[in-house]
This record gives sequence, structure tokens and C-alpha cells, in this order.
Amino acid sequence: MSSIITNPRISVQGLNFFYQDNKVLKNISIDFADKSVTAIIGPSGCGKSTLLRVFNRMYDLYPGLRAEGSVIVDGRNIIDRSVAVSTLRAKIGMVFQSPTPFPLSIYENIAFPIRLYRKLPRSEMDGRVENSLRKAGLWEEVKDKLQRSGLGLSGGQQQRLCIARAIATQPAILLLDEPASALDPISTAQIDILIGELKKDYCVILVTHNLPQAARVSDYTAFLYVGDLIEFGATNQIFTNPGIKQTEDYVTGRMGY
Amino acid sequence: MEIRTQKDISQIREKVVQMAKLVETSVRDGVDSFLSLDTEKAKSVIGGDRVINMLEMEIDRETVACLILNAPVAGDLRLLFCIQKMNKDLERIGDHAVNIAQASINVVGSMAPFEKSSVQMMASHATTMLHDAVECFTNTDPQLALQVLENDDQVDDLNQLISKQVIDMAKRDVASVDLFLELLRVSKNLERIADLSTNIAEDVIFYIKALDVRHHNLIPPLS
Repeated sequence: MSSIITNPRISVQGLNFFYQDNKVLKNISIDFADKSVTAIIGPSGCGKSTLLRVFNRMYDLYPGLRAEGSVIVDGRNIIDRSVAVSTLRAKIGMVFQSPTPFPLSIYENIAFPIRLYRKLPRSEMDGRVENSLRKAGLWEEVKDKLQRSGLGLSGGQQQRLCIARAIATQPAILLLDEPASALDPISTAQIDILIGELKKDYCVILVTHNLPQAARVSDYTAFLYVGDLIEFGATNQIFTNPGIKQTEDYVTGRMGY
Repeated sequence: MEIRTQKDISQIREKVVQMAKLVETSVRDGVDSFLSLDTEKAKSVIGGDRVINMLEMEIDRETVACLILNAPVAGDLRLLFCIQKMNKDLERIGDHAVNIAQASINVVGSMAPFEKSSVQMMASHATTMLHDAVECFTNTDPQLALQVLENDDQVDDLNQLISKQVIDMAKRDVASVDLFLELLRVSKNLERIADLSTNIAEDVIFYIKALDVRHHNLIPPLS
């Protein structure tokens, strides 16, 4: 279904995911393009956030949760336990629905995760922090108060701080799980603009309930329903002329009526 | 239970069908009034255009509101896009019907007998194309829309034939030049009605199939 992507950054092949005996992702095969945004849409419970969390193995610590199949990144199947989670999560950053800044200074929010992987001299660390905050569109607002607590920022700023933190380790892939759903329209618009910038450097995968946002910011869209991949295509095509009736019913708001 | 988007779109769609039926009647009556020199019927067509214009404005307003408030996508958006364009075309067809009716008022009193058959044939084709264009929208019928596109050339040919006939008649009977000018005007307006009906059919194909077939763009088989 995803043969339209050449040289995918992530290639999911025959992925099944289980919560105990309950199969919640069913034989998912999908390719995610590099330097672009792929939106994953679908009604609540369809498995879109589960799929996202497979990519950085958030399920590792929970007994009874398991993945089968393959998720290929740089030639390796990252759901194989031989791939270290810590290395994986440096390469694949994640931002959650509610902003989750650390109870640390703005500076330390960025520096702390870098230090988990690299020992950098102060000047280089300063540069990395600034670069991450610039890329997240936050530098000008916080450059004079880097020692203040990250918790003192507004909701929109906190979310951009979390994005800066996610890109600080120079990942290849960014996972965004409804990054703007807790934000006001102005902050949402800022996140939209930021996503447009981030896709120049990263493979961005965006889970969202906000269909207009998916239509605005993404290049490709995948529609999941009850654990199945129903349709995948260029966003323009999915939102102007979906090939499958279920997709049309969902994007036009008819599903369930 | 119908969601708001569907309700709003259904209401707009019904209004468009209502307007289309009025326009069809206006064109038929306009042609009849010219062929039978019925000035009362002509005045009724001219007076009735006000209702068509009011409907055009209502449909535009409601379409904009629907777009803003519902942010429709996919088939819903294509339908509203089709309606916006069709609305404008129907109003202009109404104007052409008024022009034809006006021609019958202009020539009364100065009417020499003239050969009606070409005008009747052209009017028949144009009104059929309009009817089919409206039907293909009402019944969501892309095959019927294709038929409309195929008939456009016939009307163009008849327009040219009438122009030639009028020139010949004018050479023989200079005193009746007023009539001949009105004949040319009617022929031109019928040709425009056929063109606008073609536009409507093209927009309906886009709505149903998401295919752009304007300007003789290659039409793939419609499944």
C-alpha cells in the first residue's frame, strides 16, 4: 500500500501488536518518507498512538505487551530486543500531547538529555542548546532567561521546549503525539509553522485528531481503523478524493452515523 | 441522525435544484415567447429573473457559511465547489433567457416571416443540454454529464448555420434588418446557454469523480 515512498526512513512490515491476547495492530505495512510529515489519523482506539509508541519501544517495560513483525530503520529491525532502547531513543525523539518539561531550568531541559549520550564542553553545549531552541522557534523568547524554570513557561512555550529537547540529541525521526491538542489556536498555529520547518531536517510522524491540521501540515496521511491500515496516500489525495469509502466517511465526519 | 455538515449541504443542494428548475422554465418560456411572439410570456420571463438572482445570492451566502463553519473535505468539498460554479452559471443562463425574451418584445410589430426551423432545432438542443446538465447534478449521474459534453458541438454548428442564414436573408430583405439582428442575438444566447450547460456538466464530473475534464482534457472511462 505504501509503494509510493522511495527510500523510506522507517519501513514497517507486517507489524502486529498485542496487549496480552488482544491484537490491537493487525499486519500493518507502511513506509514513512524522510524529510516530510506523515500524519496518522483515525478514531479513538484505532491504534495510532500504539503504532507511534512501537517506534521508540515505549512498551518495553510493560509485561504482556509485545510486537511482532519488523520496523526497519537504517537496515535494522528496531523492535528486536538486540537494539538498545537508549540508543534508539536518541535517534527517535518523541513529543507528547501534554507538555512534559522537566522540573529544571530551560537550559537544563535541553542539556540533560544530551548529557545522557555525550560529554560536551560547556561552549559546545551552549551552542547545542541555542541551536535546539532556535529550531524550535523558542530562542528569542527565552534567551535572556535560560536559568529560569521550564515550568514557568506558557503551555505553547513548554511544548516548544519539549520539541527543542526532542531534537537536542540530533535524532533522525520525530514522533509527535497530538502535540497541539492541549494548546490554544495561536500556539497551535505556531506548532504548525514549526512542523513545517522541522520536516526539512527530520522524518516527522504526527498523530492527530485534528483533521484540518493533518491536512495543513502533512505530506502523507495514513488512516487506521480498529488496528487496520485502511488507506495511505498523499495528503492531498486523501482529503480531496479518498479511494476507500471508510476513509471518506471518516474525514467527512460521517463515520458512526 | 444527520450531522450538521450533511444537513447544511442537503439544504444548499435542494436550493440549487430549485433554482435550476426555475432557470430551465425561464429558458423554455423565453424561447417560446420569441417563436410565438408572445410578449406577455416574455414579460413574465423578464420579471421572473429577480427570483433567480435572489436565489443565486442566497446560495452563495449559505455556501460560504457552510465552508467556514464545517471545513468540509473530500466529496463534500467537491460538491460545494461544484455548487459555487454552477450557481453562477445558472444565473447567467437566466440572463440569457431574459435576453431571448427581450428579443421577442423588440421585434413585435416589425416582424417579417422567417424560417423558424433552425432556431427551433437549436433551441431544442440547448434546452435538452440544460435539462440534462441539471439532471446529472440532481441524480449524480456522470454518464449523463458526458452526454452533455458530447452535444456541445452540435449547438455551435447550428449557431454558425443560423448566422449564415441571417446574412443571406438580410441581403435579400434589408428592411427587416431589425428582425435579423434579433435572430442573431437569440442564436448567440442559445449558444451561450449550451456552453454554460457544458460547464455545469464538467463541474458535476469533477464533483462525482474528482476528474478535471475542462478544455477537452482527456476523459478516461468513467467507472
